[in-house]
Amino acid sequence: MKSEFKQIANGKAIARDIIPHLAFDEFTHEVLTIVGEGGKIVQYFAYADGSAVNLLAVLRTDKRLLAAGCDVPKNYPAFSAQYEPFHLFEREIAEQFGIRPEGHPWLKMVRYHANSRGVSDVFGNNYSQDIPGNYNYYSVEGRDIHEVAVGPVHAGVIEPGHFRFNCIGERVLHLEIQLGYQHRGVEDLLCNADVKRLPVITEGIAGDTAIGNSLCMAQAFEGLAYMRPDAGARIIRTIALELERIANHLGDLGALSGDVAFLPVANYCGRMRGDFLNMTLLLCGNRFGKGLVRPGGVCFPLTDENRKTITERINELKPQVEHVIGLLFSTHSVLSRFEKCGTVSRLDAEKLGLVGPAARACGISYDARRSFPSEHYRLLDINENVEFTGDVYARAKLRADEILQSISIIQSLLKNHIKTECVVRGSIHPAPSSLVVTINEAWRGELSHCVLTDAAGRILRYKIKDPSFHNWNGLAMALRDTGISDFPLNNKSFNLSYCGFDL
Amino acid sequence: MLNILKNRFEQGYRTSRYPKEKIEPTSRYRGLPKINSEAPSDMVMQCADACPQNAIDPQNKMIDMGRCVFCGTCERLSEGRFVSFSRNFELAVSMKENLLTDGSLPALSLHARQNFKSLFGRSLQLRQISAAGCNACEADLNVLATPFFDMARFGINFVASPRHADGIVVTGPISRNMKTALLKTYEAVPSPKVVIAAGSCSLTGGPFRGSPEVSPGLDSLLPVDLFIPGCPPHPLTYLHALLTYFK
Ligand code: SF4
Ligand code: SF4
Repeated sequence: MKSEFKQIANGKAIARDIIPHLAFDEFTHEVLTIVGEGGKIVQYFAYADGSAVNLLAVLRTDKRLLAAGCDVPKNYPAFSAQYEPFHLFEREIAEQFGIRPEGHPWLKMVRYHANSRGVSDVFGNNYSQDIPGNYNYYSVEGRDIHEVAVGPVHAGVIEPGHFRFNCIGERVLHLEIQLGYQHRGVEDLLCNADVKRLPVITEGIAGDTAIGNSLCMAQAFEGLAYMRPDAGARIIRTIALELERIANHLGDLGALSGDVAFLPVANYCGRMRGDFLNMTLLLCGNRFGKGLVRPGGVCFPLTDENRKTITERINELKPQVEHVIGLLFSTHSVLSRFEKCGTVSRLDAEKLGLVGPAARACGISYDARRSFPSEHYRLLDINENVEFTGDVYARAKLRADEILQSISIIQSLLKNHIKTECVVRGSIHPAPSSLVVTINEAWRGELSHCVLTDAAGRILRYKIKDPSFHNWNGLAMALRDTGISDFPLNNKSFNLSYCGFDL
Repeated sequence: MLNILKNRFEQGYRTSRYPKEKIEPTSRYRGLPKINSEAPSDMVMQCADACPQNAIDPQNKMIDMGRCVFCGTCERLSEGRFVSFSRNFELAVSMKENLLTDGSLPALSLHARQNFKSLFGRSLQLRQISAAGCNACEADLNVLATPFFDMARFGINFVASPRHADGIVVTGPISRNMKTALLKTYEAVPSPKVVIAAGSCSLTGGPFRGSPEVSPGLDSLLPVDLFIPGCPPHPLTYLHALLTYFK
């Protein structure tokens, strides 16, 4: 297929003037053709350049990344009218830049904040009022319908968000998820703050994905400065990302087990998750990996002594993890709750554009580590992980498989001496008038940062896309026709990010 | 059944003996900073310049632990000759001005309000509120309930309803969209109540300070009894703070 879109590479900067700037009609035609043929959206956002406002789309097909931009036309017809995956991206564009997508099927705010251009608000909100402002939640009518509203402050120690269930008896007809409570203005802050703050800010986008986000950030500025971290740093960063995956998956398996009242596994997983976080602590002095990754490499070496300690701990833990997973998946009372609960069909998953384990549980095998390998992944053979039932069981099983796989990856990477020149500060000197897109398979799925610089090498736009941006609607779909008491279970099986979404 | 027992046996007993026995995080953990007041001023300036949080006061050679995210940049740059981080995780303070430190902290137990000890010493029920926290602060509060730390053995628990709580623990820089929910939850807690600010974000806005979408710290909205530094604070930092302040 010949496309007007320009093929780009993950993490490689290119001059902005090489990115095709199409007429809007042509842009629409190209975007809809690529997506119509199965292409997916990696990034789609607006940015201001001087007085002009432009759109930029980064799409992916099998193993190719494609980018092109256009001016915003006076009248912007919503792509979501044809393809669902645009739905949130277009709402975000409307909220951030006051561009109304005409014919959008469900035009509501995303994070509840005023647009950055100071133009009239698409949603008619007055932001001195509290969220949700001028918006009435979707409601189902009928005599026996009742609504359940949960949050923003939840019962547990977790982040805030609002869930609105329309139920008939115990059965959920519709779940509406309203986020935005965690909005900290991260993207704007990244453009305006002193560049020395960028690593620390990106590590705070989502603490459970501190490595994922700091990798995306570091790779972006390495791309923009045409530098490459040494092989040792790439290995350490790969180990850190896999440790992050293990800790989160393991924690969630424990939480899932706790939700079906099987407490042994809940407790064992909670404890073992801590052991993996402590390995990250050993790497860099922070249990979440904050402070490890900086543009140019890593700040801490992995000495032979550390290597030995981590190897020993993993060797000791691996059989325990295997046994606990075995116990979880051989317990009938667990399986009877997991199986056929919260099923998302492959068709729906495709239509919504799900990514990560949530998509792999529905038979969509996409894994950025295989398709767009960064760091040491180029040299690794990552298994294709898929399950096909799309239910809680599939999401849990997939995560269990990934835990064991990540353990093997780390074990193999720890076999040899790792040599790296540590970064002291991590300088940020981006090339002017450039664009870079970075993609990593974080534990929730495809995570991507995109940075545009201006003619002076300042950051013009910093765009972040958490995998949860694709996946929250998957959770809403899973709940359709499911008992409301199964919500916690489904929620855990996805465990999506509030702050990563809210930015 | 056999499988359950086998796993139980393999997992063993894991609860830490802290505070009865001393415990130390691994060597790279960055706890209470040690500051060398003799460090040459150009070195101090260099660290202050590089500090992503502008947490270093170069004139007085002090670190503001409310801002500090313990990233270790200053320690690396000065090769430990100006700042080096100890493994001491006892970081909490009860007065905000004490966050600005030359490496020493006042004993927390002496500053604890005596009526809090008699009121909450045997049972302390807390409502946690995440107000735009990045989930790391929340996660390391959550682990206090796992077998290793097992906070419940001290009579301390997180509860679901603010009505059942003796106080709140707030994480995050308190976004504009969470402010009302936070204040409402606070109001719903019966008096007398405790307010605990946990993590750099809730102390000063943390990594997000300066964004118009967040607050400059919880104490700009509510009277704070206990400040717990870190990004996030280590679970032991939390545990030490709660045990020392309330027990
Ligand atoms: S450790 Fe704290 S004081 Fe030192 S550079 Fe980092 S934020 Fe600044
Ligand atoms: S203090 Fe650090 S760890 Fe805690 S919420 Fe803020 S950014 Fe996250």
